Amino acid sequence: MNGPAPTLQVEGLRTHFFTKVGVVKAVDDVSFSVDRGEVLGLVGESGSGKSVTGFSILGLVDPPGRITDGRILFKGEDLVGRSESQWRTLRGARIAMIFQDPMMTLNPVLRIDTQMIEAIRAHEKVSDATARQRARDALGQVGIPSPDERLKAYPHQFSGGMRQRVAIAIALINKPDLIIADEPTTALDVTIQAQILFEAQKLCRETGTALIWITHDLTVVAGLADRICVMYAGKIVEQGRIDDVLDRPLHPYTHGLIGSVPSRNKRGQPLEQIPGMTPSLMNPPPGCGFRARCARAAAECVRDPDITSPVDGRQIRCFHPHLEDA
Amino acid sequence: MLVFTIRRLMQSVIVLFVMSLIVFIGIYAVGNPVDILINPEADIAEQEATIRRLGLDRPLWSQYFSFLNSALYGDLGTSFVHNEPALELIFERLPATLEIAVGAVGLAIVIGIPAGMVAGLRPDSLIGKTIMSGSILGFSLPTFWVGLMLIMLFAVMLGWLPASGRGDTVDLFGVPVSFLTWDGLTHILLPAFNLALFKMSLVIRLSRAGTREVMLQDYVKFSRAKGLSESRVILVHVLKNILIPVVTVLGLELGNVIAFAVVTETVFAWPGIGKLLIDSIGLLDRPVVVAYLLLTVTMFILINFVVDVLYSVLDPRVRLGDMKS
Repeated sequence: MNGPAPTLQVEGLRTHFFTKVGVVKAVDDVSFSVDRGEVLGLVGESGSGKSVTGFSILGLVDPPGRITDGRILFKGEDLVGRSESQWRTLRGARIAMIFQDPMMTLNPVLRIDTQMIEAIRAHEKVSDATARQRARDALGQVGIPSPDERLKAYPHQFSGGMRQRVAIAIALINKPDLIIADEPTTALDVTIQAQILFEAQKLCRETGTALIWITHDLTVVAGLADRICVMYAGKIVEQGRIDDVLDRPLHPYTHGLIGSVPSRNKRGQPLEQIPGMTPSLMNPPPGCGFRARCARAAAECVRDPDITSPVDGRQIRCFHPHLEDA
Repeated sequence: MLVFTIRRLMQSVIVLFVMSLIVFIGIYAVGNPVDILINPEADIAEQEATIRRLGLDRPLWSQYFSFLNSALYGDLGTSFVHNEPALELIFERLPATLEIAVGAVGLAIVIGIPAGMVAGLRPDSLIGKTIMSGSILGFSLPTFWVGLMLIMLFAVMLGWLPASGRGDTVDLFGVPVSFLTWDGLTHILLPAFNLALFKMSLVIRLSRAGTREVMLQDYVKFSRAKGLSESRVILVHVLKNILIPVVTVLGLELGNVIAFAVVTETVFAWPGIGKLLIDSIGLLDRPVVVAYLLLTVTMFILINFVVDVLYSVLDPRVRLGDMKS
């Protein structure tokens, strides 16, 4: 990659939670990068560390968790170890986040305009009228009809889909360079989901904003993302261009994941399953986290596999990838 | 809103009526005022004349209906002891009680909410634990004992504050008040604090529980993700949410504070309605007791109404227009 630094580059990030009963390695040596205008899908099952990765980038990991190692390079500058006030100037201004449950992200006792205007004024000294105008424009941008009236409403007067649009409008309001969307469409019904996906994609193309889309839904990223990172037990086990990974998964976990998605081609046949359960991240044993569930596991899998790049533009953590399909 | 108000009003009238009946019968059962009021050395004719003048010779139902009749015209009877209308007696002493009641609720809010929020934000710190232990003491120590201890410490041993009475008063719209003079203020402080202690503990517990619950909500994390300063997150996003239960409870407690300031007023010899009530019960001054209790009921009804209205101001999800009761 020559020219300017990517919008975000995460290198060897480790976020661990130090609880009374042991250390939870929620994020354990994660590296990836996102370019300007690029959409990165971060996929994994519940508890694989996707959301903690997102919160780590914003410096919002709740105690007893903390970033223990690694670098988070935002436009070439390392964010790890910055003071709280330095994080704060970035949050909401340069890096914004959209949360999973739109019913919970807006404060129920504050009006929409209050919640939007405070997001602007936290970062810029602008007049109330200017801030209001920008809040109005942001609501219009995400497709909320009659934004002037809606500004004066309270969150409970909106439907779930509308609230998520408001949350997206708040994320967009300061024109950030990076948006982290943590399963923003999971709580919405399918038609609203499709609209929001379409708008998210459009906005990235138009404004050059980089987008990290965290989800457990492969079909969502399939239509949205440029590249994909598959997370398992706190590690990224496979990453590459979305079409390559979905067409020819190399890691046995990705392979199993894609095999378990229902599709037209497999009509009438039982769905493939991945046997077993996600391992606990509390004091995990060394070695590949997937080996207990993996059909290809062998003796060397008790060691940690390194990141390799057996195919150009792809990265995996596995001793026995599905190279024969590639 | 209009329907809500009318329904409330009708309910209130019924409550008042039932209350007056219970109180009237209750005080009748407590004892006969004749034994206390009439000079035992007076002769039979004099005694009977007094009994007839006070209307105590008639049967209970007859006494009750003549009471009800004059009550409709705003006359709740005349004190047997002071020979003054009972309502006037109460209203004369009401400002003094209102003063320490408002002072007490004010102290409970000003000290209780910040202390509760600190304890909620830092539950494991020394200061958080100290505040919580303090609130347990505030709950469990009896008011009269704390009052006596306050007097001993601040009035007797340190000599900083006066032990009893109202101090200098100034007339405000024709009502004597203490809080506008320095001497009056020093007199208010101890009784108000004593009265506030229980409410303060309540507010601390409510604020702490509220803070701990609200801090875990997504909207707090989202407001941080917007880059808001910690002070704005806590003073706007968290505070406004925890105020809802605090206002509800404090509103109802304000009535309690006014109506039952009895112990504190007695300990600090504060000339309010609580002291009047205790004296009147002691002398079986029936009209004053009945008038006092009816007034208290009216006050509770009013406060409940105001709390409902305030609630809808704080919490937009509650709309009085939608209320069915």
